[in-house]
Amino acid sequence: MTPAIELKKIDKSFGAVHANKAIDLTVAKGSIHGIVGENGAGKSTLMSILYGFYQADEGEILVDGKRVDIPDSKTAIAHGIGMVHQHFMLVENFTVLENVVLGAEGGGLLGRGVAKARAELKRLADDYDLRVDPDALIEDLPVGLQQRVEILKALFRGADILILDEPTGVLTPAEADHLFRILRVLRDEGKTVLLITHKLREIMAVTDTVSIMRRGEMVATRKTAETSMTELAELMVGRRVLLRVDKAPREPGRTVMSVRDLTVRDSRGVDVVKNVSFDLREGEIVGIAGVSGNGQSQLIETLAGIRHAVAGRIEVNGTAVDPTRRDIDPSRIRALSVAHVPEDRHRMGLVTRFFEYENAILGYHRDPAYGKGAFLDIKAIRDAARGEIEKYDIRPPNCLLKTANFSGGNQQKIVLAREIERDPAVLLVGQPTRGVDIGAIEFIHRRLVELRDAGKAILLISVELDEIRSLADRVLVMFDGALVGERPPETDEGELGLMMAGVNREAAE
Amino acid sequence: MTRGALPRWADYGLMPALNLAAAFLASGLVVLFIGENPVEAVKILVWGSLGWNEGIGFTLFYATNFIFTGLAVAVAFHAGLFNIGGEGQAYLGGLGVALACLALDRYVPWWVTLPFAVLGAAAAGAAWAFVPAILQAKRGSHVVITTIMFNFIAASLMVYLLVNVMAKAGSMQPETRTFEPGGRLPFLQDVIPGADFGTAPLNLSLIVALMCCMAVWALIWRTKLGYEIRTFGANPVAAVYAGISPVRITVVTMMISGGLAGMMAINEIMGSQHRLLIEFVSGYGFVGIAVALMGRAHPVGIILASILFGMLYQGGAELAFEKPAITRDMIVVIQGLVILFAGALEHMFRPGLVRLLAAFRPTAAQAA
Repeated sequence: MTPAIELKKIDKSFGAVHANKAIDLTVAKGSIHGIVGENGAGKSTLMSILYGFYQADEGEILVDGKRVDIPDSKTAIAHGIGMVHQHFMLVENFTVLENVVLGAEGGGLLGRGVAKARAELKRLADDYDLRVDPDALIEDLPVGLQQRVEILKALFRGADILILDEPTGVLTPAEADHLFRILRVLRDEGKTVLLITHKLREIMAVTDTVSIMRRGEMVATRKTAETSMTELAELMVGRRVLLRVDKAPREPGRTVMSVRDLTVRDSRGVDVVKNVSFDLREGEIVGIAGVSGNGQSQLIETLAGIRHAVAGRIEVNGTAVDPTRRDIDPSRIRALSVAHVPEDRHRMGLVTRFFEYENAILGYHRDPAYGKGAFLDIKAIRDAARGEIEKYDIRPPNCLLKTANFSGGNQQKIVLAREIERDPAVLLVGQPTRGVDIGAIEFIHRRLVELRDAGKAILLISVELDEIRSLADRVLVMFDGALVGERPPETDEGELGLMMAGVNREAAE
Repeated sequence: MTRGALPRWADYGLMPALNLAAAFLASGLVVLFIGENPVEAVKILVWGSLGWNEGIGFTLFYATNFIFTGLAVAVAFHAGLFNIGGEGQAYLGGLGVALACLALDRYVPWWVTLPFAVLGAAAAGAAWAFVPAILQAKRGSHVVITTIMFNFIAASLMVYLLVNVMAKAGSMQPETRTFEPGGRLPFLQDVIPGADFGTAPLNLSLIVALMCCMAVWALIWRTKLGYEIRTFGANPVAAVYAGISPVRITVVTMMISGGLAGMMAINEIMGSQHRLLIEFVSGYGFVGIAVALMGRAHPVGIILASILFGMLYQGGAELAFEKPAITRDMIVVIQGLVILFAGALEHMFRPGLVRLLAAFRPTAAQAA
C-alpha cells in the first residue's frame, strides 16, 4: 500500500542551527505514528515543513505517493494534511460552529455555508464520536473539548492526515485518555495520525509505530509493540537515563516558611484556596499533588506575592508577611530570600522577545550587582548570564540570542538558573519539567535535590504525580482549594489518586 | 526562529526603503492623474528641501519638531502604550515654555531661561499625560481614548487662556506678547560660523532634540527603569512576576512621553515664534506617530524618519508654490500616503521579502 506520507532527505537550517538533517520518514496509511524526541530535536520543525510553515532547504515530500510542494498551510490542507496546534487557534468568543467554518465559509453570505457546516459537523460527530455542542461558546468549553474543536476543524477541511503537536500538554489524564480513544476511532476509520510528543507513556499507549529524533536526526523507527519505554528513552537521549531520582534520606531542619489559614479569592469571588496551613523546613521538598485547577496555581502565586489573599498569615525566616496587604508584591517576597519558578515560563517566567541575558535578571534587575543607581551594568549582566549558561549547560551557549529561540528545556533552565543562583532560602517551583525533554528533566531534578541537600526548603507543585513521588519528602494533597491530607511519597499511586479526586477514605471507612 | 523573521539590515533598512518607494510611486500616480509630471514634482520636492541652504534650514527645523513628538510616541510604545495625545501635550508644553520665557526674558540671557523653559515644557506635557495615565493604570480607561479626548480639552483650554488670560493688552490677537531676547533661542546660523539658513528659523532646539535622542536611548536600553518599561511592554504578566508595578510604569512612562511631546514647544515657541500663539502644534503631534512607527521606535530611526517628514513639509511647500495645480491639499495627500505605507501598510511587503530572502539563504548557509 502506498504510504500516506513519505519524507525523503528533508534538510533544514536556521542560520547556524541545523534543525533537520536528511530526515527520512514513512508514515503508513491508517496508522497512528508517533514522533518522539527531546525538545529541540527538530520534531516541530519537521512538522512545520510538512504543514507549509517552513520550506525545506532540500529533500522532497510525497503525499499518497505523489511528489508535492507545500509552500503554505493552504496547500497542506488541499493535500489533506491538517494540524492541531499545541496552542489552540480558536476565537474564544465565537461558537464552535463559527470557529469550524472560519476561513472556509464558502461564499460571502454565511447562511448556506453555516447550514452545510452544521450538517457536516453532525456527520463527523457520528462517524468519529467527536461530540461537541455546535452552539457553545469556545470560552465556556473545557480545554479537552476545545481541542476536539481543533480536530473537527481539520476534519471539516477534509484532512486525511492529522498532525497533533504535543496534544496532551494541556489535558487532564482523563481528557488525554478520551483523546486517545478518538485517535483510535480516527485510525479505524482510515485516517492517518501523526502524534508528536515527548511523553513516552503516550507513545506506548496509543501509537502503532514510533520514530525517534535526536539532535535533528531521525535515529530509529520501531513498531510500538516491539519496543519499551527504556529503549525509547535511550534512543531519545542517546544514553541510559535515570528515570528515578537518587535521593538520600535527610532530616529536615528548622521551619523557614510557615503558612497559616491562607484563603485566596479569585476575581469571580470564589474561594480558590481555602484555609491552607503548612510548614516548610530546611532541607526538604514538599510536594503538592492535585489535579490541575484545584488551587495549586493560586497558592504558589500568593506565596510569591503575585496574588493577594483574603485571610491568613505567612512567616518567612521569622519575618511575618501579611498576604492580605495590597503593598505586598513579588519584589518584597524576593527580598525575604524566596525564589519562584513559575508554572508557565512563557506567560510569566520569561520575556521571550528579550535577549537571554536580559531574562537572566528578570525580577533581580534592581540588584546593585547589576548596576549602580539608575543604570544597568550590561557587562556585569552578560558575565553573570554566561556563568549561568555554562553551569546549567544551556544550549546554544549564547546570551545574545533571543530567548524565543531556545528550546523549552533550555528556557526552563534559564529560569531555574536565575532563581537558584540567588541562593534562596525557599524555592517555590511550579511544573518544573512541563514541556521539557528527558535529558533536561534529569538535570532539573538533580539540581532540585542538590538544593534540598544544601539545606534549602522547596515547595514543589506538579501535575506529574511521578515527579512529586520521586522528588518530594512529604506529599500534601490539594483538592478543591483545600489541603486534604499529607502522605509519605511512598504512598501508592491509587491512594493518592483517590485523594486528588476528593474521595475521603477515612469518611468512607 | 520565528516565522517572518528578517535579517536586521532588511528589517531596518530595506523594509522602510521599500515602503517609501511604494508611497512615492502611489503619489506619483496621483500627480500624474492631475496632469502634472511626477518626475518634475519629485525634483522640486527634493531640491526644495535639500537643494539650497534655506530649504535645508526649514527641513531641519520641521525635523526638530518631529524628533520630539516621535520620541514621545516611541517611549510609550516600549511600554506597550499608545500615546496619541502628543498634540495636546505639545500644546500644553507651549504654555510651560511661554510662562518661563514671559517671567524671565526681561531679566536674564536666553541660556538662563532655557533650562526653565525645558523644565516648563516637560512638566506641562507630563502633567497633561498624567491624567490619562492614572485613569488607565487605576481605572482601566484606555489611553488611546483618553489621550485623544485630552487633545480637545487642551485646545479649548489654550484658546481660553490665550483669549481671556494671556493675550497682550489691547490686542485682538489670541497670542501673548513677543518675548525679549532673553526668551529667544539663538538661530543656528548665528552660532555656527559660516552657516547660512536664510530666513529658516532653525535654532538650538535641534541640539536639544538630539540630546533627547541620546537620553531616550540610554533610558530605554541602559537603565533599570527602561528595562522595566520594556518588560512591561513585552509581557505584562512577567512584569508583575518580576515585581514591576504596572501602575507605576504606566504613569511614569506616559509622563516621560508627555514631557518629550511638550518639549516640541521649545522649538516652535522659544526658537521660532517667540510668542505663544493659538494652534502652533498644527499636527506635529500626530505625525509623531508615523515618525515613531517608521523609525522602529529607535532614536536613530526617529532622526531619519524626522528628516524625511521634514523634507515632505518643506519640499511640499515648495511644490505647492511652484505648481499651482498641486495644491497644499495635494501635499497632505502625499504625506498621508507616506504615513499609510510606512505605518498602516508596513507589513504588506514583509511576507514576500521573507520568501525572497529565504530563497537566497541555502547558498548563504553553504558559503558559511
